[in-house]
Amino acid sequence: MELLQLAVGGLANGCIYGLVALGFVMIYKASEGVNFAQGDMMMLGAFVALGLGNGDHLGLPFVLAVPLAMAVMFCVGWGVERVVVRRIFGQPQFALVILTIAMGFVFRFVAGAVFGYTPLVMETPYGGQNLNLGGVVIGYADLIAIAVTIVLTVALWAFFAFTRIGLAAQAASQNQLAAYIVGVPVMRVNSLIWGLSGAVATVAGVLYASRGAIDPNIGLLGIKAFAAAVIGGLGSLPGALLGGLIVGLVEPIAGRYAPGEVAQMSPYILMLVVLLTRPSGLISQVQMKKV
Amino acid sequence: MSLLEVDDLAIHFGGVKAVDGISFAVEPGEVFAIIGPNGAGKSTIFNLISRIYEPTRGRIRFDGQDITRLRAHDIARLGIARTFQNIELFDHSTVLANLLMGRHSHRATNVVQDILFLPKVRREERAHRRKVEEVIEFLELEAYRGKMIAGLPYGVRKVVEIGRALAIGPRLILLDEPASGLSVEETQDMAFWIEDMRREMGLTVLMVEHDMSLVTQVCDRVLAVANGRPLALGTPAEVQGHPDVQAAYLGTERAS
Repeated sequence: MELLQLAVGGLANGCIYGLVALGFVMIYKASEGVNFAQGDMMMLGAFVALGLGNGDHLGLPFVLAVPLAMAVMFCVGWGVERVVVRRIFGQPQFALVILTIAMGFVFRFVAGAVFGYTPLVMETPYGGQNLNLGGVVIGYADLIAIAVTIVLTVALWAFFAFTRIGLAAQAASQNQLAAYIVGVPVMRVNSLIWGLSGAVATVAGVLYASRGAIDPNIGLLGIKAFAAAVIGGLGSLPGALLGGLIVGLVEPIAGRYAPGEVAQMSPYILMLVVLLTRPSGLISQVQMKKV
Repeated sequence: MSLLEVDDLAIHFGGVKAVDGISFAVEPGEVFAIIGPNGAGKSTIFNLISRIYEPTRGRIRFDGQDITRLRAHDIARLGIARTFQNIELFDHSTVLANLLMGRHSHRATNVVQDILFLPKVRREERAHRRKVEEVIEFLELEAYRGKMIAGLPYGVRKVVEIGRALAIGPRLILLDEPASGLSVEETQDMAFWIEDMRREMGLTVLMVEHDMSLVTQVCDRVLAVANGRPLALGTPAEVQGHPDVQAAYLGTERAS
């Protein structure tokens, strides 16, 4: 029973990691580099939603505030690609790494300047309510995190598998030259992917904020999500989710049954083990080149 | 009117004049080859025509329209398709998916229509699939339809890339060394396909090729280039017999 209780909380957490990891993978495929500001985009998304929705700020209804925040963060992601990332196209990978780390600092500073550094609670229609299923207490926030993640994953999958523009994005991530010559505007598609990952990060941020207070440093969760993305295989969307769920589940269970600080380290221990045994991740898209 | 006109085209990378003052015109229905030693600038000319490189100087006109400043993704819609010397395919997708991707510039549906899978989307999808099946039949790729590109032999990937170019539904197709790496039998197939592209599909073909037997067999006219400069233009026999061309290939110095 206790294990089940831990698992539900872990699963909800894992969904949030998974969504942030999804953002890592989408951008990795589009810009061939890691966006280390992904966690901070989640944080910023959460604060934008809080600023739009909370009573002491703009006070919009929650169901309006969240889509609006997603739209705002879509524009932020899109703009970051348009204005900054595009300029370092063709530079070595570490350029994007340094750039996005710096961008993370900027996002944190902006959020801190506007909202301060004391933890704030997002007002949600389902905050603090629980469901008691035969001794297992499940927060609505946990259930919603899991449900929203499932819906969003299916939607993203459908987008990439069936729509003209989703297929174009897939093509551009596999081979830019080839994408160009069949008529895919590769740069425009990359901007769109950055926008999408901003919107997905916002969803993750709102789900996170509805389970506890937020401050400008919650973006550091992105490091755990990055570990999740690596565990799943950095080039694979289903792998990112799987990695997120694994990290989410292992953490609370290690916290309960293993000594001291193991829970804190567990995502990185897992990442190390995966890197040592399956360097391209659990679900790998990289095929070994025959020599 | 010529289908493709290239006028005084040049691109300089720093001090290197990769292409420097190339002019030629390809007539509708013609099979036209560009030949020359390695590093002569042949593939660079292709990259300029398909707008991957920005020319330093010169004009490119397709069907009367100036395309010198168009973007790389606009070229397919106009009816220009190409292949690459090093085969650029979507390696983690199937042959069918690669060929369908060739139809991208003909798709007119938006995200909402796609997600709802409206009748319009279904109709379009069927039309694209029919076109792709024609290409599969033409190039005899039936056995590979569902196979991943990454696992296919070189010769087959080469044919798939031509298939994707044909799926674009072009009027002009640029083939970058279609025979390189192919066996004698495969090269013979290639010669027949190029003939059929012209005869049955009414295509105009511009190719870069080293294999002179293929060039002699299928090409109407040949442009020889060396060091980014034109050497000779004419029938395959004329160009092959041209003293400058022989000098470029054999490396003999000529007093000029």
